[in-house]
Amino acid sequence: MRGRAPFEEIVAEHGPSVLRVCRAVLPPADAEDAWAETFLAALKAYPRLDPGSNVLAWLVTIARRKAIDIRRSQARGAIPVASVPERATSAEPAEARDLRAALDDLPPRQREAVAYHYLAGLAYKEVAVLTGGSADAARRAAADGIASLRKIFLDPTPSRGEKA
Amino acid sequence: MTPRKLELPDVLAPLADTDPDTTSRLHARLAARAEQAGLLDVAYRTLDSPIGSLLLAATPKGVVRVAFANEGHERVLDELAAELSPRILAAPGRLDAAARELDEYFAGARRHFELSLDLALARGFRRSVLEQLLCIEYGRTASYAAVAAAAGSARAVRAVGTACATNPLPLVVPCHRVVRSDGGLGGYRGGADAKRVLLALEAAA
Repeated sequence: MRGRAPFEEIVAEHGPSVLRVCRAVLPPADAEDAWAETFLAALKAYPRLDPGSNVLAWLVTIARRKAIDIRRSQARGAIPVASVPERATSAEPAEARDLRAALDDLPPRQREAVAYHYLAGLAYKEVAVLTGGSADAARRAAADGIASLRKIFLDPTPSRGEKA
Repeated sequence: MTPRKLELPDVLAPLADTDPDTTSRLHARLAARAEQAGLLDVAYRTLDSPIGSLLLAATPKGVVRVAFANEGHERVLDELAAELSPRILAAPGRLDAAARELDEYFAGARRHFELSLDLALARGFRRSVLEQLLCIEYGRTASYAAVAAAAGSARAVRAVGTACATNPLPLVVPCHRVVRSDGGLGGYRGGADAKRVLLALEAAA
């Protein structure tokens, strides 16, 4: 049996999934901070991870906590938005920003189910471990979330008034 | 290992892309943070050379492994994970000096390596053999029997052969300079051809 894989393989295989989850809930620069914090914490704990664990679920659990930490510390910081300098090096495309805003408006269960199932690639059973509730409830939350997003972005009738 | 492919609903497309530039920038940032935090137990990189692609790996103590392509770099990394630590990242910075000195060596412009070495992968008698090998000068050769005698066990000729065959630091610890008493080339971890190339390189310089 093969022992623990070199951590490099973990980063190569799951790095993009974790980045998508971070970007779904945080603006780009913060998402990259959360990604780096997640993998640094994971690297530290990795030698003690039970062999046979679901590595992606473990990483998403850490990323979820790091994202919450970053949001909380910003809330505590209470710096007026206007005085914060532009720190994002890579500009966030407008479509990604709009989608993130729409995700933000979803009920938390739906937002998390969409991010962990669709953007990270976790099975509903694993999503349920993170969000509480059953796998079926996670499946419904993800479906409801996607339906709401479709209504906002793919509805051909210009309901939001920005299109003529 | 490649990232997994996702079946994404079209509406999520704007958040689906993770471009390679961003991932490699984030990877470099992770490696730097890991080094600062003392969490980078093994750093590695590859290096192209006249005898094929080399894998170079280092602990904080020094270079711990040089591996040839015929050993299978992925397999060697798995062994390092099992024997040293799974906290392994591709992090070329720690191996800048080793890569530069090896480049110079292959160009015929370097006769001695000035690198910190970590002999953690060699124990007991094998380790004393490696220490003897470091005394064989550039361009010279020694017989397995002579190395056995120098390592303090004249009859351990076969054990010297094993120590050379399992040398975790070939090139840097010059096991290629050990040949048979009858003039035969002897084996080499990187293959007999590689050994011939190295001896010819050193004879010409």
